[in-house]
Amino acid sequence: MSDDGTNKGRRNFLIGATSVVGTAGVAGVAVPFLGSWNPSAKALAAGAAVKVDVSALKPGEIIGPIPAWRDKPVFVVRRTQAQLDMLSEDTGRLADPDSIEEQQPEYAQNETRSIKPEYLVLLGICTHLSCSPKFHPEVVATSFDSNWTGGFYCPCHGSKFDLAGRVFSGVPAPTNLEVPPHYFESDAVLVIGEDGGVA
Amino acid sequence: MASIEQSLKEIMNWVDDRLPVTETYEKHMSKYWAPKNFNLWYIFGVLAFVVLVNQLLTGIWLTMSYVPTGEGAFASVEYIMRDVEYGWMLRYMHSTGASAFFVVVYLHMFRGLLYGSYQKPRELIWVFGMLIYLALMAEGFFGYLLPWGNMSYWGAQVIVSLAGAIPVVGDDLMVWVRGDFNMSGVTLNRFFALHVVLVPIVLLVLVVLHILALHEVGSNNPDGVDIKKHLDEDGRPLDGIQFHPYYTIGHDLPAIILFLFIFCAVMFFYPDGGGYFIEHPNYEPADPLKTPELIAPVWYYTPFYSMLRAATFPLFGMTAKFWGLVVMAGAIAILFVVPWLDRSPVKSMRYKGWGSKISLTLFIIAFFILGYLGTVHPTPGRTLLAQICTAIYFGFFLFMPWYTSVEKTKPVPDRVTMK
Repeated sequence: MSDDGTNKGRRNFLIGATSVVGTAGVAGVAVPFLGSWNPSAKALAAGAAVKVDVSALKPGEIIGPIPAWRDKPVFVVRRTQAQLDMLSEDTGRLADPDSIEEQQPEYAQNETRSIKPEYLVLLGICTHLSCSPKFHPEVVATSFDSNWTGGFYCPCHGSKFDLAGRVFSGVPAPTNLEVPPHYFESDAVLVIGEDGGVA
Repeated sequence: MASIEQSLKEIMNWVDDRLPVTETYEKHMSKYWAPKNFNLWYIFGVLAFVVLVNQLLTGIWLTMSYVPTGEGAFASVEYIMRDVEYGWMLRYMHSTGASAFFVVVYLHMFRGLLYGSYQKPRELIWVFGMLIYLALMAEGFFGYLLPWGNMSYWGAQVIVSLAGAIPVVGDDLMVWVRGDFNMSGVTLNRFFALHVVLVPIVLLVLVVLHILALHEVGSNNPDGVDIKKHLDEDGRPLDGIQFHPYYTIGHDLPAIILFLFIFCAVMFFYPDGGGYFIEHPNYEPADPLKTPELIAPVWYYTPFYSMLRAATFPLFGMTAKFWGLVVMAGAIAILFVVPWLDRSPVKSMRYKGWGSKISLTLFIIAFFILGYLGTVHPTPGRTLLAQICTAIYFGFFLFMPWYTSVEKTKPVPDRVTMK
């Protein structure tokens, strides 16, 4: 007790206790406000897997940026043997040639980054800032690369990827393009958004 | 007549006994002593207030016809432009106002740098001002998504994706901000709420704090002289004049009229600002599957966008993308600490030395170049130029404690000068 009759110890305890309980209350009431920003049940349902018919896709061609899975553009490329052979050449220009970063399901962590070597399935979203890269399969000198051997080029910030979606060194994008979970229901039907083994 | 005056006075007395109306009016208007040597640079604060009122009024009116959904937004903007009476005008007042807001705010900030308006005892005014600038950038960003044009969509996509550069939580944070796996109507709807309710409230509170802090310590002036040092026998600054009516009527009103002439010329004849105020890809609806050829933000963000792109190499085990975010955030954050970086004994550029003058000139040139580079495609040469300008931008601040303390300053006059 101090001279003027206030009990400082008790006062400090009350201030402390009120602050602790008040903080807990604020933290608790923040939950619904923050939680409501998560994807709703409707958005989650709309994010289900999609099926694609790949029977009409000829070697060297691309389907995309349609179909869209979760509203994200998807590229399905059927690569030619020549294009597949090129993947093992000149890997020195790539930042992650062996796909160490987990930008693909385990079954696509191989040189072609695919289940069947021919069919490449990618999310057409640049890993830099989510622009949609353009498909440039031709082996010619381009305005962005005098040594271009085919792949994807992002016009927004100049990131470059090869025909397996592997990122070049020295571009803004940090990682390879993402391979979404996918499997072949039959030779003609590709399912994007689910793993074959799990589903 | 006398009796009417008498009763008016009695009513005012009755109110004043219950709410300090007269006292507040005198403190902030008729007895607020402003330095008598204000020049043209001192009109942009008032102009920012005029634009703020314009944005609030036109914004409220636009919400009466706008539909904040992925399906309805683009069509509702066309409906406002074509079918709502004067809808086109309200929208153009709002879109031109957005750019005008940044024009006057940038000039207002430059004035602060020019005359050392952030120096002691005005640090808090500067900090509140920077918070206003930050809130304004957020307001502009949320608002630009609302027309749901293709540039709205992809511009927001790029900026929201910046969150993905934050280690560990980045990807989840992106989904949380968007409320969906990609930008969608859900994102649009929440940006609408932030744009029309939350950020405007924050802005208004900050504007009040900015002005209260200013009126507590008094205005700076082009000479950086403290007018409170020389008072007359009634305690009024000898170099001060009443804000109202001398500045309100004699200084601000003509400036507002001139400003409105320019504003109307842009609004009626160049509402899209040559593609800089309303970008051309925004006349197409948002398409998640089609990126525009060139994603460029609206002109007022381009200096910072250039700095974001200037980070092209990984460092200390972190990605280039992460450093881009750090550089951009740092470029804005460093503005907040300017009052503590300037070690000069004088406030105004009139009396500072060559170090400060050259640095400020280089800084402004670099800022303009960065602004231009943000509107065009990056090439290796342009990226290098952006990197140099980014270095100058940061150099201006980081070396400020050094060049402001070693340079030779001119003597500051005792009283304000009328140049």
